[in-house]
Amino acid sequence: MAIVRLRGQLEKLAGGSEHPVEGGTVNELLEELERSNAALEGWILDERGVIRRHINVFVNGEQAQPDTAVGAEDRIEILPAISGG
Amino acid sequence: MTELLVGTRKGLFVLEGDPGGEFALKTRAFEGEPVEYAMRQQHSGRYFASVTSSFYGPKIWFTDDLTDEWRLATGVTLPRGGQQALKRIWEIVASDDASRLYAGGDPGVLFESHDGGETWELNRTLWEHPSRPTWRSDSGGLSVHSILPWPREPERLAVGISAAGVWLTEDAGKTWRHGNEGIRADYLPEEASGKAIALCVHGLARARERPERLFMQFHGGVYRSDDAGETWTDIAAGLPSDFGFPVVLDPADPDSAFVIPVTTTDRLTPGGRVQVWETRDAGATWTAHGDGLPQQDAYLSILRKCFDGAGEGSALELYFGATSGEIFGSADAGASWFEVARRLPSIQSVRVAR
Repeated sequence: MAIVRLRGQLEKLAGGSEHPVEGGTVNELLEELERSNAALEGWILDERGVIRRHINVFVNGEQAQPDTAVGAEDRIEILPAISGG
Repeated sequence: MTELLVGTRKGLFVLEGDPGGEFALKTRAFEGEPVEYAMRQQHSGRYFASVTSSFYGPKIWFTDDLTDEWRLATGVTLPRGGQQALKRIWEIVASDDASRLYAGGDPGVLFESHDGGETWELNRTLWEHPSRPTWRSDSGGLSVHSILPWPREPERLAVGISAAGVWLTEDAGKTWRHGNEGIRADYLPEEASGKAIALCVHGLARARERPERLFMQFHGGVYRSDDAGETWTDIAAGLPSDFGFPVVLDPADPDSAFVIPVTTTDRLTPGGRVQVWETRDAGATWTAHGDGLPQQDAYLSILRKCFDGAGEGSALELYFGATSGEIFGSADAGASWFEVARRLPSIQSVRVAR
């Protein structure tokens, strides 16, 4: 299973940083992550199932899209975007 | 001592002081996050804040003690798998019998809680109302921003929606009807006024001692209803502008209302003068109050949830805040004003906690 790494508020909500999660694409994996960690529901995906606008997802260090394929050995990081102002 | 909850674009500021002088900062919370609204439920003493994280979306948080951690309320969400996402919570209101709380937000949604605000449920009837496809956003969104429970009968409710008018229920939100007769919108053709849904209500308030009386600040118009929001009478004559956002009442006087007119063109205080206008005869006449408020080169923007009161009669306290970070207060029902705070971040809401 791919390993999802969380930081900051998401890590606190999920009770830990690293989570093995199943999913063939980034969106499938995020849906499963929120399903298996009820405290995360709605924090990464909105009600439509869309990744929130200022959340970035990286697969093996490369910025990914919702339909980016994910393999069992992949490392996924979910990070808030650069913000300011 | 009066405690103010000030929602800003950069967090919640809790101020405390004696009416008449500058208030001190008691504490902060949600530093750096947009806090759109914060209030304290009087019965329980519980504090609520609506916070829209730019990363994680809108949430309602609560705490019983400002020195403790805030807890996340659950259920503040639209049905999953639908076409829309919750954008913002505009207002949180407790019924006066403490049996329930209501929260209104964008896109035109109402939530209800029966457990002190820990869990919430979407009002599906309003969400699925057959007229919803005709509802339109204004520049601030499609917002349930004014929620008025009937005193001691919390199942009777009026809500104001921008820009979908006034909606009324007598059965705890099982059925809804539109209350709009008499409202004239200058942004609609004459023939459309009176039957249109797209009515841009800016603020609503209910008279405690005469609950069938409501006052409305409209998008171009100030109105009064004497039949619980079914029909409306224009009472803007005598004001320097019929445009504005919030409206506040003296709970002891059902003929009272306070508004802060701003110009139609730029939504700023007209002529660089900050004035609160008061009626004590249900809108027949209006009186300006500016004693203690800036009267020269002061172009303030005062948003719809940024004006509140506490107490009543001659001891009525009034407070309002501006996007430029100032808060002004009155300890004598608007007759004179003092500066409460300045140089805060852009103010999104002001509520008296106690």
